[in-house]
Amino acid sequence: MSFNILKNSIRKGRVTVSLDTSGLARFPEIEKMGQELQRFIHAKFGRSFHIREVDTGSCGACESEIIACSNPLYDIQRFGIDFVASPRHADALLVTGPVSKNMSLALKKTYEAMPEPKFVITMGECASMGGLFRDSYYTCRGAQDIAPVTLHIPGCPPSPTDIIKALLVFLK
Amino acid sequence: MEYPKFLREILSTEKINIVEFEQLQADELYLTVGSGDFAALCHLLHKRLNSPVMMFFAEDKRTEFDKFVLYCVFLNEQKRLWVVVRQDVSPVESAFASLAKNIYSASLFEREIKEMFGLEPKGNPDLRRLRLHDEVWPEGFYPLRKDFHPPQEDTIINLKYRFKRVEGEGILEIQVGPVHAGVIGPGHFRFSAAGEPIINLEIRLGWTHRGIEKILEGKSVHEAVGMLECISGDTAFGYSLAFCQCAENIFHVNVPVRAQLLRVLFLELERMYNHANDMGGIALDVGFSFPAQFASLIKEAILQLNEGLLGSRYLKGINAIGGVEKDIDETKQKLILHALPAIQKDFLALEEMLFSNVSFMDRVDASGILLTKTARDLGITGLAARASGIGLDMRKVSGGIYDSLSFKVIKEYTGDVAARLKVRCKELKESVNIIKQCLERINTCEPQIRQSAQEKEGFAIGCVEAWRGPVRVWIRINAQGKIERCKIVDPSFQNWEGISFAVLGNIIPDFPLCNKSFDLSYSGNDL
Repeated sequence: MSFNILKNSIRKGRVTVSLDTSGLARFPEIEKMGQELQRFIHAKFGRSFHIREVDTGSCGACESEIIACSNPLYDIQRFGIDFVASPRHADALLVTGPVSKNMSLALKKTYEAMPEPKFVITMGECASMGGLFRDSYYTCRGAQDIAPVTLHIPGCPPSPTDIIKALLVFLK
Repeated sequence: MEYPKFLREILSTEKINIVEFEQLQADELYLTVGSGDFAALCHLLHKRLNSPVMMFFAEDKRTEFDKFVLYCVFLNEQKRLWVVVRQDVSPVESAFASLAKNIYSASLFEREIKEMFGLEPKGNPDLRRLRLHDEVWPEGFYPLRKDFHPPQEDTIINLKYRFKRVEGEGILEIQVGPVHAGVIGPGHFRFSAAGEPIINLEIRLGWTHRGIEKILEGKSVHEAVGMLECISGDTAFGYSLAFCQCAENIFHVNVPVRAQLLRVLFLELERMYNHANDMGGIALDVGFSFPAQFASLIKEAILQLNEGLLGSRYLKGINAIGGVEKDIDETKQKLILHALPAIQKDFLALEEMLFSNVSFMDRVDASGILLTKTARDLGITGLAARASGIGLDMRKVSGGIYDSLSFKVIKEYTGDVAARLKVRCKELKESVNIIKQCLERINTCEPQIRQSAQEKEGFAIGCVEAWRGPVRVWIRINAQGKIERCKIVDPSFQNWEGISFAVLGNIIPDFPLCNKSFDLSYSGNDL
């Protein structure tokens, strides 16, 4: 068993650099963007940039892509970005979904629990003014009335590459 | 009109007066009864068909007929028929006799009808709201009524949700959520533990409620498809397919064979990436990171394949009324044939990693058991039901193109986390087989992938066995071609309650594991 695991690891190698055996596409631009991103994070955030994510009514696709950012292919952690469990540890709040009435208080409390300096990023079509759910009786049409939004990452959902690219452009 | 034989037999045992009998679609029977017979007929069908309440919803017909109509839907698995019982409710009374005492699987639906239409199920002991939370929504506003106006912004609300409380010496209450530690949807979980074991779990959902059923009203069917894809992002294809089938049933469109095969193929791709994801998730929730990361790469490979084939990682924008928007040509078919063996190989490695690891199997074996009896009573469907010995798979029931494909319905009997893991494993292998069969046949079909539809008014059910279970949609289209009412039931709606039974007696650290083994949708449940 352990032999098989070892064999598999050797066969796969570091998937971030060598992917030809598993049928996965390679993204050389991510390496470049990531290194640049890392330099900014080193300079501006003391080497690590921590994000707390809050789902305020998204369909789950955005969450799936955020999780994909941490998989061994994109491995966003190596550039100094981490998704953390508590708002107390976070530099930025990442909001997905159109902000349902039920989640507005939870979102406000999460934002208030974050230490200064802090900022808010929204992600996905519905986080921008409610998107498809703009006319709903039960949404607040985005997070901007609850917390100041500095960056919006468009897409439905944005792919991991889009997320990394948007963060890089923003931090620049 | 003559009743089908099975219905004659069922009706012969009790005296029930059927006011009206309709069969507009080949697989849907509508029986209208008076308010006195409604509960009796539902109970009879529930017992004799061995079917839970698959759907139970109301419709506001006050503008035309001065009444509300209730629909209670059962499934006759052998005859491949939906049996729908209808009852009129007068707006003056605004109440009906509850089914929940005899048919437990109706209880959540009744709460939903009360909350959305203000019709009271008389005799249901639990009428707490599911989605319109008491803290932010005043009483007396029923969104799905046609004359609904939202409450003023400054309405004062001082209601509070009543949780079930367990009291006594040494009982510890632990509250989690709605914002969780991970990157995941919002839900509130309240555990009562006596020492280590959980003795009660109450799940409060509804946090991601967006009022989808209301927004859909007045939209054309073509506009609605995009909205359906945003109900649950991981089941985007399953949802849009169920909706398109509804509309196709109403319009009597014959979907070209090639489109049917493509739909089967895409649905299986969706199943595969989600099953791979969950197998990794189960490993992650016992702290076994390596296979978890490994599984995330399998998922990524399938998502990339989706993008390569159709330009969408989550298969959005593919389904259309009457077929599919995008075809896959021979080069793209080669892409699948090239990717499948690699995915399969990685998957076998993952399976071996998990099942040959004693400490992992020790955690998943016999934890989170959902008994067959409980699953039947709660109306659990889909993957979770199949792991508890209930072999319902809509792919076998709905027929159509599936009848010409060979695949097995995977069933396990132990109902624990291991059983749900095994079902996923085996289904993933079946999916690979189904995809291969589709690809073999696809080039022998006509190139047409979409049939134009003549829009008509009417109503119909659409049901798709998505990866979690049967996604059920019922729509009524009016004479202007707009949606009059759309009812959506995600398998999670009833399955969430399965979790609160499955965790009983387990320790709290095993809760994430039990939860992930079901992997239910927050947004699909909350709508």
